[in-house]
Amino acid sequence: MYRYDETDHTLIRERVAQFRDQTKRYLSGALNEEQFLPLRLQNGLYIQRLAPMLRIAVPYGLLSSAQLRRLAEITRKYDKGYAHFTTRQNVQLNWPQLEDVPDILADLAEVEMHAVQTSGNCIRNTTTDQFAGVAQDELVDPRPYCELIRQWSTFHPEFAFLPRKFKIAVCGASNDRAAIRAHDIGVQIVKNAQGELGFQIFAGGGLGRTPVIGVVIREFLAEQDLLSYLDAIVRVYNQLGRRDNKYKARIKILIKAMGAEAFAERVEEAWQQSKNNADKLTDDAIAWAKGFFSQCNYRSFDNTHTEALLQKQAGESKAFARWLARNSFPHRVAGYRAVTLSTKPTGVPPGDVTDHQLEAIAELADRYSFGEARVTHEQNIVLADVEQEKLFEFWQDARKHGFATPNIGTLTDMICCPGGDYCSLANAKSIPVAEAIQRKFDDLDYLYDLGDLDLNISGCMNACGHHHLGHIGILGVDKRGEEFYQLQLGGSGSEQASLAKVLGPSFSREEVPGVVAKLLDVFVERRLPDELFIDTYHRIGAQPFKERVYAKPS
Amino acid sequence: MPSPVNSHKTPAGPQPQNPAELIVDGAVVANDWHLLQLLGEDEPLPTVAALPAGKLILPVSLWLLLRQELLSRQQEIGVWLDSDESAELIGDHGAELPLIAIHFCSFADGRGFTSASILRQRYGYQGELRATGRFMQDQLTYLRRCGFNAFAFEGGAPLDSLLDSLQDFSESYQAASDQPLPVFRRRPLC
Repeated sequence: MYRYDETDHTLIRERVAQFRDQTKRYLSGALNEEQFLPLRLQNGLYIQRLAPMLRIAVPYGLLSSAQLRRLAEITRKYDKGYAHFTTRQNVQLNWPQLEDVPDILADLAEVEMHAVQTSGNCIRNTTTDQFAGVAQDELVDPRPYCELIRQWSTFHPEFAFLPRKFKIAVCGASNDRAAIRAHDIGVQIVKNAQGELGFQIFAGGGLGRTPVIGVVIREFLAEQDLLSYLDAIVRVYNQLGRRDNKYKARIKILIKAMGAEAFAERVEEAWQQSKNNADKLTDDAIAWAKGFFSQCNYRSFDNTHTEALLQKQAGESKAFARWLARNSFPHRVAGYRAVTLSTKPTGVPPGDVTDHQLEAIAELADRYSFGEARVTHEQNIVLADVEQEKLFEFWQDARKHGFATPNIGTLTDMICCPGGDYCSLANAKSIPVAEAIQRKFDDLDYLYDLGDLDLNISGCMNACGHHHLGHIGILGVDKRGEEFYQLQLGGSGSEQASLAKVLGPSFSREEVPGVVAKLLDVFVERRLPDELFIDTYHRIGAQPFKERVYAKPS
Repeated sequence: MPSPVNSHKTPAGPQPQNPAELIVDGAVVANDWHLLQLLGEDEPLPTVAALPAGKLILPVSLWLLLRQELLSRQQEIGVWLDSDESAELIGDHGAELPLIAIHFCSFADGRGFTSASILRQRYGYQGELRATGRFMQDQLTYLRRCGFNAFAFEGGAPLDSLLDSLQDFSESYQAASDQPLPVFRRRPLC
């Protein structure tokens, strides 16, 4: 993974000192609330319902075991002994004290971490595929480009006060696991007809109040032009994006208003002025960035032998077989698999892990996976390089720490925001809804029979739980001071991206699990053999689901 | 993107003031320029003869109308851009100007960062680039990196106390007006 050099260390140290001074000025009254707000936000600090919340950046989701151990220490020292993984592959602390935050940032800086630009109207943490570098469907590893984007976007002097937040995601594979079409900019690594590597650029995607699927604004961008072109997009947005209404300030609104073509032309005009400037990437810079991500310590295996061993172990233990089927992912190197640690056993808020679990992930990473782990945008953890021969042993270890729930990709592997239990924006709680659904659908055979099914829950229309991208989306709404839940169907964050549509009137929290059951009944009755929920929905439409859910009792 | 010239532009927000002192090139100095605010709705367009003597900073909308007539006073005529006016309005004519001021009607409105970058990078503007209005101390490093070298601060804080914030960061990742090369062109890469 990327390692800091003296430049990175200096910048992050100076940032900690800057924020220490800003916090001191705020506490002494020299900075007022309004002035301190953007400063603390650009250092990841929110003031929430019960306490401040600190969002720590995990660049494109990648963590070392040393970083995980430091996070565990921080949760013990400054918080309540747990942390929360977010859909931007970041980590949140729910209970820090404002006065402690400069010290927390200093502790993070020692392990090459920070909370820079995890909030505020600036370029946020760049996200990517959790299987980057190991997936079989990958053209090239997106992480070197993510790192180059991280450096370009961090403390960018021109883009720290944009009209609104700005999110970039990069995908290097044919299956989009990074939801790039739901980002302000989505970067898809492609090859053109001449076989040259480059990027297809999407812009104007986003969730929130006005969900939009991003559109292609450039079919092919040469590799060395990545940063100068991103710079041109953000520059045009900074000039023209609306600032009179925060709900209309995202780039998606600008692109809708101008039209994608006019927007692309405007970017092209700006880019022509700057494309040959110093931001143009050099071959050396690209090779240098790639050097940090080329894993060369793989052992070679006799695949026939390791596969036979796995089959035998799976034959002897149904529980292991289930876990292997759901929680492991094929690896491009023979003899290896990527493994997902589920943070979603029933009864635990999705994405939450304790300090001991953070240490357990570090331990597992050290023992089995080159000392690295990845946060996924579904709020789980991936260890990407586990030897197949050691999977059985790994599974036993993971189980001890509560990470082996074999539910990856199923209904109970939900994306869920912190909701009304923590968040001051939320209209409704989301964690208890997730738990009620997990309790109702605890039969693994039934879940496996349903197949891959994304269920996403947000506690308000800001959509941190990506409800628009759920095959089934649940949105908390406020009805005359009471919490209700709207059901939506048909969303997807994949390369076939689509936005879920509202099914009809909302339900009380108690009704939600029963409504989900009815939706699943319709699916099971109407599906073709092995058809997935999303495909059945697209084939038969919303009507059969509506009829069942809103049927009058006879 | 120059838009049609309108001598009576609506202000984007509170208009810039004329503080007695400001920071120029890292030092606190007396402000020897006088900034003319935007014309009020009923105010007639002034003639060149009616403009006060001495160093003047005119609204870009007014300057564009009077530009030819003002060429004889070149060394004492500067121009200011409102938060919603783009650098393209001045463009290459910046070479005629000893001073351009860019106004921040609120610290959260970051358009001025782009205006400054465009003037310096695209048009090669060399003169004084002055930030006016409601920017904050904590933005000084970013402002400096975008090419501002003068800061007509309107907050109450003594200007001396702000000087340190110009150097909050001694390093940078990106190319900008203060550093022509991004870090990937400066690092020993192998």
